Amino acid sequence: MTRISWRLPLRLPTRLFADGKGPWGGGEPDDTPAAKPSPPRSGPNTPPPTVTEGPWGDQAPRRRPDSRFGNGGALDDLLRRGRQRFGGGGPRDPNSTSLRPDGSIIGWAIAALVLLWLVFTSMHLIAPQERGVVTRFGRYVSTLSPGVGITLPSPIDKVRKIDVEKIQTIDLGSEESETLMLTGDQNIIDIAYQVRFNIRSPEQYLFELAQPDETIRQVAESVMRAAIANVTLREAMGDKRGEIENRVQDEMQRVLDGYRSGVLVQGVAIKQADPPGAVNDAFKEVSAAQQQAQSYTNQARAYALQLTAKAQGEAVAFDKVYGQYKLAPEVTRKRMYYETMERVLTGVDKTIVDAPGVNSYQALPPVLRSLPKEPAK
Amino acid sequence: MSALLRRPILAAAIALVALLVLLNTIIVVPETRQAIITRFGKPIYILNQYRPGAPLGSAGAGLNWRIPFVDNLVWIDKRVLDVDMEGRQVTSTDQQRLEVDAFARYRIIDPLRMYIRARSVDGLQGALVPNLGSELRNELGKRPFASLLSPEREGVMENVRTGLNRVAKQYGAEIIDVRIKKADLPTGTPLDSAYERMRTAREQEARSIRAEGAKTAQIIRAQADADASKIYADSFNKDPSFYDFYRAMQSYQQTFLGDGVTKPNPTTMILSPQSDYLKQFSGH
Repeated sequence: MTRISWRLPLRLPTRLFADGKGPWGGGEPDDTPAAKPSPPRSGPNTPPPTVTEGPWGDQAPRRRPDSRFGNGGALDDLLRRGRQRFGGGGPRDPNSTSLRPDGSIIGWAIAALVLLWLVFTSMHLIAPQERGVVTRFGRYVSTLSPGVGITLPSPIDKVRKIDVEKIQTIDLGSEESETLMLTGDQNIIDIAYQVRFNIRSPEQYLFELAQPDETIRQVAESVMRAAIANVTLREAMGDKRGEIENRVQDEMQRVLDGYRSGVLVQGVAIKQADPPGAVNDAFKEVSAAQQQAQSYTNQARAYALQLTAKAQGEAVAFDKVYGQYKLAPEVTRKRMYYETMERVLTGVDKTIVDAPGVNSYQALPPVLRSLPKEPAK
Repeated sequence: MSALLRRPILAAAIALVALLVLLNTIIVVPETRQAIITRFGKPIYILNQYRPGAPLGSAGAGLNWRIPFVDNLVWIDKRVLDVDMEGRQVTSTDQQRLEVDAFARYRIIDPLRMYIRARSVDGLQGALVPNLGSELRNELGKRPFASLLSPEREGVMENVRTGLNRVAKQYGAEIIDVRIKKADLPTGTPLDSAYERMRTAREQEARSIRAEGAKTAQIIRAQADADASKIYADSFNKDPSFYDFYRAMQSYQQTFLGDGVTKPNPTTMILSPQSDYLKQFSGH
């Protein structure tokens, strides 16, 4: 037996096997583990470099190259430490005495670790926005409220913290891609909306639905489609948006409650409800037409205002003059006549001819003057 | 014990075996799963079976045990599951086509039957999808296109649910609801003609809006003309002959002197001394 273990290192370049054999094979022939390695230990002192050395004495000189090239060194160390712990090593290795820890220290360390483990896995700090869902061996026990919650330690009880206050959002449809839906009047609308929700019942959220988020998304799509199919395109794009949002929120809540999802739908917001790109120009044409119609009526109103104001002004002016005229008709009439004639005749060229003998040869300088100058020359 | 300590690999092996036995004995049933225990392939009992209305945390889930290496464990999901069907075309009674995406939510209420008939959730899904498709097609195909758009309103979806539930029951599942996620016109001619219809409708709308605007404008103008006319008449009709004189004076001034904005062309007047204006010239 010993022979085999001695020869093994010869044939195997790594002394893995030989070392592994140490605690097993080495201990077997003579019951005391310390007794066996003593002969080879004395061995190396007498014929130092022989390779036929036992595995124990051999270690010291050969360890250096081994540990440097990694093949057996680290493993050797590990095995040696293992041997020390199991008492197989004994005092043969001079290093082992310093490495070997005191039993009571190990005990204390284990006790401390266990205590730490207990403390850290049985006390749970739950933040104000969180709830802690406690499961005992997988079975739901209770839900921890904010504060410090005490449970059984870890492998028994597990706590999953769920944020119940945070409003989560799911966006459906986007400005880039078209999400088309059919409206009640068989038109097509491009819609983008957002669903806001939070978790009302964390245990239901965790345990009742296979894919909670995907479920919410699908329900939102389905409910929104149903709501849009119940209104006309005009209503969906315009004044009924708010109503649709409310209806979708209520219906989503109803459906999700049917699944016992533990989700509270906070709101639905339609971010965009437009005609699809393919017909957008036609819709722009409509709003252009609306603008144009508006400007037609605006112009007409301006005209009307102007015309009425002018009529009123003139009527009032006439009334005033007429009021004065009525007081002294003859004089006023004459005065107005002369004043007007004065103004008119001051500004024009005048020729006074004593009719009926008008001299037809008489030059009429103002007439000439009124002619264009170029052709006259 | 000390002998064992001296043989760590043996100790480890024993520990490993013990662990293996323990792991095969203890069953930790989570809240989200049901478990079927089979002994030599024969189902013996079910752990954590779904019971309608039972609150979470009631008996079932948690720690359980079985005979190691003899009892087998089959996990079945306990949660609400989802089966999806996409892009199924349905034809309405008026021969219009619609492309429908639908989903059904279900729960496995009888895990044993489900295990025997379908083996796994995937197998169940495989059985449900074609049935969902055909139920939908049957129900929706009975209706005109206009009512396909909102089938919820007429209880169509409830019929589909009932129909699918009949199938699901055979597999130990229960359909909670069936919903249509999308109902779109198929791409190509149906979609293009819908667009065309929308476009022409808008063009028509645009035209009628413009015409309406023009009409309103015309009415406003005419009304303004009438109003002005009435104002003039009311005022001037008090003394038509004075109006004639007054207006003539204004008109002369306007024609010969301009309105102060534009300068009129120069005018030459040839007056007779007998004219009214010059009648005082003669000095009588």
